[in-house]
Amino acid sequence: MLRSAFSVIIVLVSCLYLAGESTIDYSREILPILSENCFECHGSDEGAREADLRLDTAEGAYADLIGAVAVAPGDPEGSELIYRIETKIANDRMPPKDSKKSLTVNAKDLLRKWIEQGGKYDEHWAFQPPQKSDLPKTAKHPIDAFVSQRLKKAGLKPSKTASATTLVRRLYLDLIGLPPNPAEIAAFIKSYRKNKSASIDVLVNELMQRPAYGEKWTRLWLDVARYADSNGFEKDKPRDQWIYRDWVIQAINDDMPYDQFLIEQLAGDLLPNRTQDQLVASGFMRNGMVNEEGAIIPEQFRLEGIFDRMDCFGKAALGLSLQCAQCHSHKFDPISHEEYYGLFAFFNETHEAKSWVYSDEQLETIDNVRSQVLELENGIREKRPDWKTELAAWKQEQLDKNSIWTIWDTSLQDWEGGLNHPEELDDHSILTLGHPTVTGYSITEGESNLPIITGIRLEALKHGDQPFEGPGRSYWGTFAISEIELYRKLPGEEEWTQIEMKDASADFETEVGKLNDYYNHKKLDPDNKRRIGPAAYLIDGDTETGWAPDRGPILRHTESAAVIVFKEPCAMPEGSQLKVHLIQSHGGDGNDRENQQLGRYRFSLTDVLEPKAPTYDHAATLAIQKNGQSLSPREENAVFRAWRNSVADLDAANKEIDKLEATYPEARTSVLHSAELQPGIKRVTRLLERGAWNKPQQEITRGTPAFLNPLPVDNPTRLDLAKWVTSKEAPLTARVQVNRVWQALFGNGLVATPEDYGNRSPKPEYLDILDWLAVDFMENDWSIKELIRTILASDTYLQSSNLTIELREKDPNNILLARGPRFRAEAEVVRDIALAAAGLLTHKVGGPSVYPPVPESVLYFNYVKPDYWEPATDENRYRRSLYMFRKRSMPDPVLSSFDAPNGDVSCTRRIRSNTPLSALTSLNEPIFVEASQGLAQRILREGGDTDADRVNYGYLLTTGRPASKLETKEIIGLIESQKERLADGWLDIRRIAFRDPEIVPDLPEGITPREVASWAIASRVLLNLDETLTKN
Amino acid sequence: MKKELQKEIATLHTRRWFLQNCGVGMAGLALNSLLMRDGFGAATKDSLAPKSSHFEPTAKRVVYIFQAGGPSHIDLFDQKPELIKRDGQMPPAELLKDYRAAFIHPNSALMGSKFTFDRHGESGIEISNLLPHISKHVDDICFIRSMHTDAVNHAPAQIYMNTGHQQFGRPSFGSWTLYGLGSETEDLPGYVVLISAKGTSGGASNYGCGFLPTIYNGVPFRGSGDPILYLSNPKGYDAQAQRASLDVLKKLNQQTLEATGDPETAARIQAYETAYRLQTSAPELMNLGQESEATLEAYAIKDPKKSNFARNCLLARRLLERDVRFVQLFHEAWDQHSGLEEGHTDNCLDTDQPVAALLQDLKDRDMLKDTLVIWGGEFGRTPMTQGKDGRDHHNRAFTMWLAGGGVKGGHVHGATDDFGFNVIENPVHVHDLNATLLHTLGFDHEKLTYRFQGRDYRLTDVHGHVVHDILA
Repeated sequence: MLRSAFSVIIVLVSCLYLAGESTIDYSREILPILSENCFECHGSDEGAREADLRLDTAEGAYADLIGAVAVAPGDPEGSELIYRIETKIANDRMPPKDSKKSLTVNAKDLLRKWIEQGGKYDEHWAFQPPQKSDLPKTAKHPIDAFVSQRLKKAGLKPSKTASATTLVRRLYLDLIGLPPNPAEIAAFIKSYRKNKSASIDVLVNELMQRPAYGEKWTRLWLDVARYADSNGFEKDKPRDQWIYRDWVIQAINDDMPYDQFLIEQLAGDLLPNRTQDQLVASGFMRNGMVNEEGAIIPEQFRLEGIFDRMDCFGKAALGLSLQCAQCHSHKFDPISHEEYYGLFAFFNETHEAKSWVYSDEQLETIDNVRSQVLELENGIREKRPDWKTELAAWKQEQLDKNSIWTIWDTSLQDWEGGLNHPEELDDHSILTLGHPTVTGYSITEGESNLPIITGIRLEALKHGDQPFEGPGRSYWGTFAISEIELYRKLPGEEEWTQIEMKDASADFETEVGKLNDYYNHKKLDPDNKRRIGPAAYLIDGDTETGWAPDRGPILRHTESAAVIVFKEPCAMPEGSQLKVHLIQSHGGDGNDRENQQLGRYRFSLTDVLEPKAPTYDHAATLAIQKNGQSLSPREENAVFRAWRNSVADLDAANKEIDKLEATYPEARTSVLHSAELQPGIKRVTRLLERGAWNKPQQEITRGTPAFLNPLPVDNPTRLDLAKWVTSKEAPLTARVQVNRVWQALFGNGLVATPEDYGNRSPKPEYLDILDWLAVDFMENDWSIKELIRTILASDTYLQSSNLTIELREKDPNNILLARGPRFRAEAEVVRDIALAAAGLLTHKVGGPSVYPPVPESVLYFNYVKPDYWEPATDENRYRRSLYMFRKRSMPDPVLSSFDAPNGDVSCTRRIRSNTPLSALTSLNEPIFVEASQGLAQRILREGGDTDADRVNYGYLLTTGRPASKLETKEIIGLIESQKERLADGWLDIRRIAFRDPEIVPDLPEGITPREVASWAIASRVLLNLDETLTKN
Repeated sequence: MKKELQKEIATLHTRRWFLQNCGVGMAGLALNSLLMRDGFGAATKDSLAPKSSHFEPTAKRVVYIFQAGGPSHIDLFDQKPELIKRDGQMPPAELLKDYRAAFIHPNSALMGSKFTFDRHGESGIEISNLLPHISKHVDDICFIRSMHTDAVNHAPAQIYMNTGHQQFGRPSFGSWTLYGLGSETEDLPGYVVLISAKGTSGGASNYGCGFLPTIYNGVPFRGSGDPILYLSNPKGYDAQAQRASLDVLKKLNQQTLEATGDPETAARIQAYETAYRLQTSAPELMNLGQESEATLEAYAIKDPKKSNFARNCLLARRLLERDVRFVQLFHEAWDQHSGLEEGHTDNCLDTDQPVAALLQDLKDRDMLKDTLVIWGGEFGRTPMTQGKDGRDHHNRAFTMWLAGGGVKGGHVHGATDDFGFNVIENPVHVHDLNATLLHTLGFDHEKLTYRFQGRDYRLTDVHGHVVHDILA
């Protein structure tokens, strides 16, 4: 970055000592010294502890360690600590030389005084539940009461209230992230003159009712939730996760209580009778990155995903830097290595799930279909009173038929070229995760467990880590197998001999059809010759044809089975090897995502002649095989469906059901989310040595750190964890959210380090405000709107931001809050201000992300160039920045130049910068340029007839205040000078004035393109004014 | 001496700027005196002003040639006659214990290099004949044949090499450098990134600033369109309209500064002025028209307008000449799972001569002595074959080389076994390398830290030992 472009606005942790000599405050003055210099070796990490001494607890510090006491209260001379820090004997001196730490004279002095005064330890403020401090009886507003106390001590006065024009813009930007328009400004000023505080209340409430309120505050949460529209890593495939964003908007607009807001995101999938919305909410858990690079070991990156979830949970809710305990016990906070993995277990023991999400109308249709089918099925039951006996007999018959299969215990599972590393599960099924491989074949080898085999059965099975549980890994959770090949190697043979096959059948025979265009593959299949169809396609020797059972949306995610019969029975004397290739050539070649891999499969062998697949869904076969065990409703249903379809008499009813089910809708979109592990799937959590995925140690059970509020539940679930963290006893949850809201409004949090409230975080100047608001927040049923209302109602918030000489000297960073906030708006707001001022902004809430225009050179920098990136040219082009597609490996050039994070990890604080790159962006980026054109046209349309009126109008639109005389003069001067140059042909009128120089929009009467162009030049200046970009 | 002078000039410059640009009106006067005070400077201090490091550095600037994809050490820098002898045989079983390649079954046949090696220079260091131009500079180069890393997939391995961590979200080496040393130029970014071949697996995180402020991000200079995004004025504007607009903008913003006293506004005014300067300096930089035919030829640049690795090498020299602190080239081309012979031959044709020309150019300008040149990728390749004619990713041993900036020339550090499989002498881990690189820049890698999440983060995490043996 450019040097003199500088200016990072960082609040330095500056403690203002307002009183002179006084009692030493352990938390504020001693703890930072100890944690900085001592805790690494004398802190909570037992593994790193030296000399058995710990200084992070009073108990440890006062302990008699073979005659020496580190801290002898009231007796510095008798305190080993004082000797160690003051001694000139190098070997005794602390901190030791090789630690590269040293104490300042001031720090030594403080430690001595502290021990003199009794060497008292306080519990770290953040680990104690917040409490409301007493307020003076006369206090009108708690915030103001605390502030005025503090200012009085510092000899400062609060600033006067900001002007009405400043306030109205401040409130608009803070509440809805959009500037007020001139009419709104005028209306507010009018009511403000009548009654100041009432007018503010009314405006606040009115703005909170707007959908834009949710949009504005959603963006802040998305930073924390590390939301993005792509998976990250090398492949960085796009993902459909916007429905989660819609959920956040809705929740915030509905003012969902914050505890519920967290519970649904952490464990919405586990709520009793959970709704689809609650499942979508748990998308929060899955906003992290997904690695799909070739040849990765999926388990490694699944575990990294859990680390990320822990980090996010720590930042979003706990307020603790959990990451530090990933490799060893936390050095500064009392979280042990074991406790980290206790928390980890809650997140680890879940599926990496993906589910369809339906619109409200679709859900209604689904309900209708289901209830009508149920009605029809009940009709069948009524008409056939003996149905239970019939069904039982049928089941027995099927069970016998199926007993011919022996599951094949394989010894090698692989994928051609090593792009995938499939693994065998306990039930001998083979699971493929990781890289979505478009073409190639899986390889399975093993000894036959039968001496003669006549056929093989392939089961396509579901798994919770596959999209929609699979069985396939395609975008739709489906699969296609082009060809199956079998080989035998007799004992002593070197070469494999192919086994000839003669017949294939399946539980579901697909009708012959073309491949969906989505799977186009220019190289492999330029003429779109590939077909899908029945199981016979598996053995026809043609890789252009394949078996792809897809029963349509209602039964898409069900198991399937195909049975292959050998031409001749195949002898497999002991030691013979069998090998199966599942050839998959039905994938596509765009952006590396159109795979049709089968995600989980299992083989069985038989020695019975002419085996055949049943004609009902394999789900029923699997359920029937659970002979005697209780069946889930889904399994019961599969069996009943299979049976009724087998009864010829029921033909009419069956057909009617089929017809109804054919109306089952294709889902609107999908969401990545967390889900409970499927029966039969176990994930044991083990402590990972140094956090390495391949160094598992002892088993760890779910639990929470001992120093926090207790979790009094046996065998707690993730839902219990969510309730625990939102319990009113949790010391930090409310504070973390209050601080986040405060930070959004004031530019800096009351706690300067919103990512960490642990021992290393400085004690906030206004802990009393933080705690008062935190308690109040919980008392108000965790209402975020109420919290914001409370803050906005304070005089502190309403102050003018002007920096007086006195304030510059005494409190440059506004720690004491003697003035109002003033800082550059966040990236999305900067861009939205331009669109709104220009009158271009499209007010449409929710929906899929939109692709903003980006230079070709930016697209080129992707490992996989996103050929789907087609910038919107319709009204979506001017949607709010919240809806811009966020591609992780290609940070948006506009937003990132204004410090927006790209969602790789949870972000609790954007560090603001001012750089020439952001200046170039707001000057020259196409959307900003189009805004200058829109603004010019709007000014000429609505801004009156004189240039002065128009400048004034332009100022109102951009800065929210009227233009001064000097400003008017400057802008008119620019317009006049450039008008001439436009006329002289130095500048291109149409290009400057219009987005498309070929299309001149309707202009107000008497307005020429030249005039528009001259105003566009001026508008570009207005859009770049410091005041336009700044929230004041 | 020179450093002191530069620092003073920079300070003066900053002061002068504040006097000139903020010295308007009464508020302005007060502001000047205040802005120079420490306490106040904290709020808007020039975070990119040149800073001194912990001790006297041997390198003042860096050009990091990141050969992404995993160049084959066995075929380029680390000749293995035994491997050639055993071509087609299975690797010894003890070698494969606890070993995991990315794609292949470790128990795949060994494959000797198809390329010949020769000794060069006074040092007599052996390197592959694929690199005839770099060969001429071996006496200036320090080869580290004992590199090893923990990651075996591209994206994690690349960001590991660049940020010292396999997971995303950490600052890159270039960002740390800028954070630690500041920038010497006011007309160009302090950390510039040039990309050829294709985008890298690690993406923008390879040169990202992680949790450091955005100003420490690497700024990509693009090979097509605007070299810096949105550098050109909007269509239809000319330079005069731009200047007139910026003049008005400046005047109006200065009024705001007077009224509010907000130092952020002062910074913004400056940012717009610098942006304007960039509009001249960046195209000037990118314009190779000033370079002689001989130079273009030396770099093997056929079409000076065409963006490729060769052009990026010359741009790197031009950037370094203009006091850019850190230039990083990414060339994502080396991942030859198949067709290694052809692929590596092509890659060397594309990159060998330009790199050699860059070394020569720096030498001719007496800049090599304090410019650290780094050449290498995220891992090496297996001695075992993948398919017929490829090699898989290999993390246990690979070669990187350094030149200039206070490292030993004509030196080989470390060694691998007969197969180029394991390091058997002086292993250098990613963290050791990064610790050493920081050392040449004058930093104790344990002390160059940034407090985030209550922890003092550093490039080398909690590891790393400076490899003193390779320092001159």
